[in-house]
Amino acid sequence: MLVAIPTNGNDLSGRIDERFGRCARFILVDPETKEFKVVTNPAAVQSGGAGITAAQTVIDQGADVVIAGEVGPNAFSVLERAQIKVYSRVSGTIHDALDLLESKQTTVAEEPTGPARHQR
Amino acid sequence: MRLAVASGKGGTGKTTVALGLAIVAGEVTLVDCDVEEPDDHLFLGGKGDLVEEVTIPVARVDEDKCTHCGECARACVFGAIAVVKDQVIVIDDMCHGCGVCGLVCPEDAIHEERRRIGEVTLQERNGLHLYTGFLDIGQPLATPLITRLKTLAPDNGLQILDSPPGTACPVVETIKNTDHCLLVTEPTPFGLFDLTMAVDMIRELGVPFSVVVNRDREGYEEMDRYLEKEGVPVLMRIPDSMEIAKLYSRGLHFVEAMPEWRERFSRLLDELTGGGA
Repeated sequence: MLVAIPTNGNDLSGRIDERFGRCARFILVDPETKEFKVVTNPAAVQSGGAGITAAQTVIDQGADVVIAGEVGPNAFSVLERAQIKVYSRVSGTIHDALDLLESKQTTVAEEPTGPARHQR
Repeated sequence: MRLAVASGKGGTGKTTVALGLAIVAGEVTLVDCDVEEPDDHLFLGGKGDLVEEVTIPVARVDEDKCTHCGECARACVFGAIAVVKDQVIVIDDMCHGCGVCGLVCPEDAIHEERRRIGEVTLQERNGLHLYTGFLDIGQPLATPLITRLKTLAPDNGLQILDSPPGTACPVVETIKNTDHCLLVTEPTPFGLFDLTMAVDMIRELGVPFSVVVNRDREGYEEMDRYLEKEGVPVLMRIPDSMEIAKLYSRGLHFVEAMPEWRERFSRLLDELTGGGA
């Protein structure tokens, strides 16, 4: 299993970036082995449609699960279509997120956390 | 002649000034470009007659031809396309209809359909022809509707464009290619801050401009200091008047109810049009 988490940091002690579409980087981590890699989020500086491009990025990286703070409707619908499990409204460090997943203290999100923030 | 009325800050009196000028102009085309929240029509009554349903192109993928290579998603600068395993997702609201996905598709698997984003209506009263753009609720793209609205509204005589607030794309679309822009402001810190952004924007566009100060009153000198420093002419000051506000709240423009204001708006129009529209 591969877990994608939006972050401002560069390793497992970094914090979850509450924004999915506009986060600086994604950390992709195997929760069993704790092996990880970090990829830049190209949508961070995109003028619009950030959520969609960010979702595309984690899909292309082969993620099965997303743990995040906020996930908007466009990102959510793309992740849903790719059958990626989304855990939203999670905060803290990457370690915290993995602990939460392991202890099954969070449930899969069934809807986006809020409206899209279109920049027009 | 094309005359735009804009503001920066919302609620400063764009519609008040645009309507006042249109009412005294006689034969005129008034264009309500504030398509997210048009309000000029409220003073004429009704919504007017449909001129056109406005549509924009949206990308559609032929799944029989698509190999899910992802070229279209990578080319889309608006992030409107995602390629997920064996399907392509187009987020219609984000698609600007630019067509680049179709150009880069190696399988020729993308075509365009049209989708409705709003409508343009027309109503007439005493020589005032009002063209209004109504953006459909939930649609995020105001600019293409304004572009179409400006194309549909005749500009052979005097045309007055009532702009949306702000300094973003819909405002730029409204003001560009006009002959003059009136910036309506109010003597408050918010009014001044947004005015400075509007002035910066309009200087980029190269459109000549001047200022109308609305709800004018004593006690905020920073506005005048800024206007003087920047050399921006003030063509009219409308006082903070309970009588004007009361008329307006009943859907009556003070130009129609107060003869001295009809005279002042006529002089303002003459000044802007050089005496003859």
